[in-house]
Amino acid sequence: MRAIQGIYVIWLRDIIRFFREKPRIIGMIGQPLLYLTIMGTGLASTLRPVQLPAGFDYIDFMYPGIICMSVLFTSVFSAVSIVWDREFGFLKEVLVAPVPRWSVALGKALGGSTISMIQATILLVIAPFIGLKLTFLALIKLWLILFLISFALTSFGIIIASRMETMQGFQVIMNFIIMPMFFLSGAIFPLKGVPGWMEILMRLDPLTYGVDAIRNIFFAGTPAYESMVTFSLTQDLTVIGVMGVVFIILATWSFNYAK
Amino acid sequence: MKVIEVNNLVKKYNDFTAVNNINFSVDEGEVFGFLGPNGAGKSTTIKILSTLLTLTSGKAYLNGYDVQKEPNKVRSSIGLVFQETTLDERLTAKENLVFHAMLYGIPKKIYQKRLQQVLEIVELTDRVDTLVKTFSGGMKRRLEIARGLLHYPKVIFLDEPTVGLDLQTRSRIWEYIHQLRKTEGVTIFLTTHYMDEAENCNRIAIIDNGKIVALNTPEKLKERVSGDIVTMASADNNRLYKRLINEFGLEAEMIKDGVQVETAKGETFIPQLISKLPNEITYISLRKPTLNDVFLKLTGREIREELLDGKEIMRARLGRRSRFK
Ligand SMILES: Nc1ncnc2c1ncn2[C@@H]1O[C@H](COP(=O)(O)OP(=O)(O)OP(=O)(O)O)[C@@H](O)[C@H]1O
Ligand SMILES: [Mg+2]
Repeated sequence: MRAIQGIYVIWLRDIIRFFREKPRIIGMIGQPLLYLTIMGTGLASTLRPVQLPAGFDYIDFMYPGIICMSVLFTSVFSAVSIVWDREFGFLKEVLVAPVPRWSVALGKALGGSTISMIQATILLVIAPFIGLKLTFLALIKLWLILFLISFALTSFGIIIASRMETMQGFQVIMNFIIMPMFFLSGAIFPLKGVPGWMEILMRLDPLTYGVDAIRNIFFAGTPAYESMVTFSLTQDLTVIGVMGVVFIILATWSFNYAK
Repeated sequence: MKVIEVNNLVKKYNDFTAVNNINFSVDEGEVFGFLGPNGAGKSTTIKILSTLLTLTSGKAYLNGYDVQKEPNKVRSSIGLVFQETTLDERLTAKENLVFHAMLYGIPKKIYQKRLQQVLEIVELTDRVDTLVKTFSGGMKRRLEIARGLLHYPKVIFLDEPTVGLDLQTRSRIWEYIHQLRKTEGVTIFLTTHYMDEAENCNRIAIIDNGKIVALNTPEKLKERVSGDIVTMASADNNRLYKRLINEFGLEAEMIKDGVQVETAKGETFIPQLISKLPNEITYISLRKPTLNDVFLKLTGREIREELLDGKEIMRARLGRRSRFK
């Protein structure tokens, strides 16, 4: 009971704070659109990174990747606010409260996932505008998959945050972990055809399976399926599921022992 | 029952010993004070008792629970007002209070009533829906205290709770705390720099360099200073100090702006002294001993020496944050 109360308070706080931060909301909508237009148009016209059947273009390929990118950034950023909470003292208020520490970590993971889901939903709204049709069933599937991805990534962010002393370290994390995760996920170029060493890195990147799962839903039954998708949906979901479980356990654990 | 029990407690930060083998216990319903200069180890002790820090050696029990082995039970037994702010500045005052109440499992009906109570005491009723980041330092402190008093735990830790607050607010808060103690049997563990606040305590431990140098009731502690306190100044305080020792054989102490001696009968001592030291003394005063004198005697330092004006402490405390704004 106390645990549920703890989860709820931590979650609710994140949501309230999110809706008060106008610049963050604007950035959240603006950034992916910017990526999609600039990179999508630029890369498509010069490089032709993917061979696609008629009726599909590079934007279609990149769009699921951009959704994942947004979810990645939003989730990690939400989780890393723990570092601020530590610096501003609020974390102490939570740590001496009579709620189990795991409920705090879980509440944080759910809070970050919820915000990521809001982000993802906004992005899904533009799908018809770039020519991708979505059935209601596909939308539900996408939501569930995106929730799993967000949850895993926020938990991943919590693991990082509980080892970070100050916000200064965040730049390093961003440059050496988060950005590579994005670039290696197959979001902007496909896994097929890259050098072997890079393919290994891409297969190790958990986000690869997230991007692939979303493409699985988007392009199921279309002529582009073969060129868009690398793994089966079952494979993708297994990796994402395992990732979610492992990361939340590690997050809870490291949260408990971070001083 | 002893609600707090500390045995041979030691806390080291790397090589530095912040708490050096202290022992004490606190009775249920007691107001127990920790008095000591900056860096004495007061906050460190509180953090250990509230399970935020692990101890290096020794034992500590709170409400009968071992702070190392049963942290969850300890946390259910305590409430805290930290020395530094732990509010969420991007939430409103009310949200801060409600979230606290929810974390501590207080039913809505009860917390709504208490919310009104504590808000009135700290005079923030008309600001409940304002974001905390727009509050002044003193208002934040008041809210912090209000939040700490929302639930009724076994022990409330107050780490320099009223620094920077005006006398009126302080006395209202203290009135409420004493009432909680009577009606709810709450035990208070307090650290402070204010002498008048220390007088609220049933017992006081004076702590210096991580060691407890005295522990007793305020009255008993004051008896340690044998008589009246005579404070004086001259154009050259050093010379005055040396003359008092060499020519009069007195146990003089240098203080901030002068020299101080203890004497059994101040009223007759002063005229004698002045007649024997013509043109030396520019200022002289006589008073009864306070806890500050006890402190000076035991630690060789004045508490007030380290005490900036309350507002300055508040500013120093908040300054670190303003950078982010
Ligand atoms: N995290 C830390 N790492 C290293 N040393 C620390 C740490 N926290 C406190 N100390 C040291 O331990 C000593 C005791 O600190 P503590 O905060 O307990 O003092 P205090 O009695 O509360 O002082 P104040 O009146 O200033 O609040 C100080 O010398 C301080 O520098
Ligand atoms: Mg302190």
